[in-house]
Amino acid sequence: MKPRHKRLTLIVAGLAALGGAAAFVLNAFQSNLVFFYSPTQVAAHEAPAGKSFRIGGLVQTGSLQREADGITIRFAVTDTAHIVPVAYKGILPDLFKEGKGVVAQGQLGTDGVFQAKEVLAKHDENYMPPEAAEAVERAHKSVQQSQKTLVQ
Amino acid sequence: MELNIWRFASPQVIYPIAGRMVPVFMALAALFTLAGLYIAFFVAPTDFQQGESYRIIFIHVPAAWMSMLIYLVMAFWCAVGMIMNTRLSFMMALALAPTGAFMTFIALWTGALWGKPTWGTWWVWDARLTSELILLFLYVGFMSLHAAIDDVRRADRAAGLLALVGVVNVPIIYFSVQWWNTLHQGASVSLTRAPSMASTMLAGMLVMTIAAWMYGIAMSLMRLRTIVLEREADSDWVQELFASPACGAKA
Repeated sequence: MKPRHKRLTLIVAGLAALGGAAAFVLNAFQSNLVFFYSPTQVAAHEAPAGKSFRIGGLVQTGSLQREADGITIRFAVTDTAHIVPVAYKGILPDLFKEGKGVVAQGQLGTDGVFQAKEVLAKHDENYMPPEAAEAVERAHKSVQQSQKTLVQ
Repeated sequence: MELNIWRFASPQVIYPIAGRMVPVFMALAALFTLAGLYIAFFVAPTDFQQGESYRIIFIHVPAAWMSMLIYLVMAFWCAVGMIMNTRLSFMMALALAPTGAFMTFIALWTGALWGKPTWGTWWVWDARLTSELILLFLYVGFMSLHAAIDDVRRADRAAGLLALVGVVNVPIIYFSVQWWNTLHQGASVSLTRAPSMASTMLAGMLVMTIAAWMYGIAMSLMRLRTIVLEREADSDWVQELFASPACGAKA
């Protein structure tokens, strides 16, 4: 074995060991690396109780309410399996919409309402012109429509 | 006659070649940037969700891709230098680092500017953003460590080792949005499936990416020439270069 080959083996082995170690460490810290908990995890009491954490999911369609004081907002976060009601006082980001992604930080109250201190919008990785989005929406609706007629 | 690729491992051979390549890549970078920005501002349509603010993607994504790619190339040259004992490899790695750090900085900064109007925050400590910040620290650490050691050969080896260890971070950045839930959205463009963006938007982004490549190559070759001159200052060919009447005036 030439010294050159020896060094190559050493570097490859070193990188492999390092990669393995990193994989184990990241795996061990898996639960600490989550940025937010889903409503299902909250329902299963996996989220830290009595401490601040983030929940993430979709804003349930039709759940957004503004209270009379004008700044308190109520909405529900869903992952389509479970729902967490959220109360928030403040300004919502522009992309906050019903049916779109959201991440809220705060605490879960004893009444089961998540008192949010910060609400962030989480958008998806789809980019298209509004006309294309409308076309997708129309196609989606017509499929639903035809399904309904089929059932009836 | 067989082409001997080892010839190109010689700083003396590379120096004039790099000198001829720099203006070519600079011109290509300018050309592709102009074309890319034209597509970005005048051809690509408005986004259905984000309106005009999504257009920062044309800078953000190419810069983020380059930040990871340059790191891999830099670590590759460090590995080659350590294995083959070639001086030029370490010079290549050193020449790439500032451009890589610059691209990482651009990716983080444009990301912050984009995050405020869309997410509602400049910064969050999610896995994608944090690992990209670590990449910036790795670049800065690589350059600082190299600068801190006077003996060039030892500096090359120490910084090279740091670069190789840091390689672990690159797949973490790339896959962070798949492995963990993050505020940052998933990849719109990947090798395994069709891109989830309109084709003119994608075209603009790819043209800007080529521009970033050309810019990166031009800048690192320029820097490489400086590093070669610095390290080979005592060699005959550099002395001759600056003693010749053509260069005498400039030197």
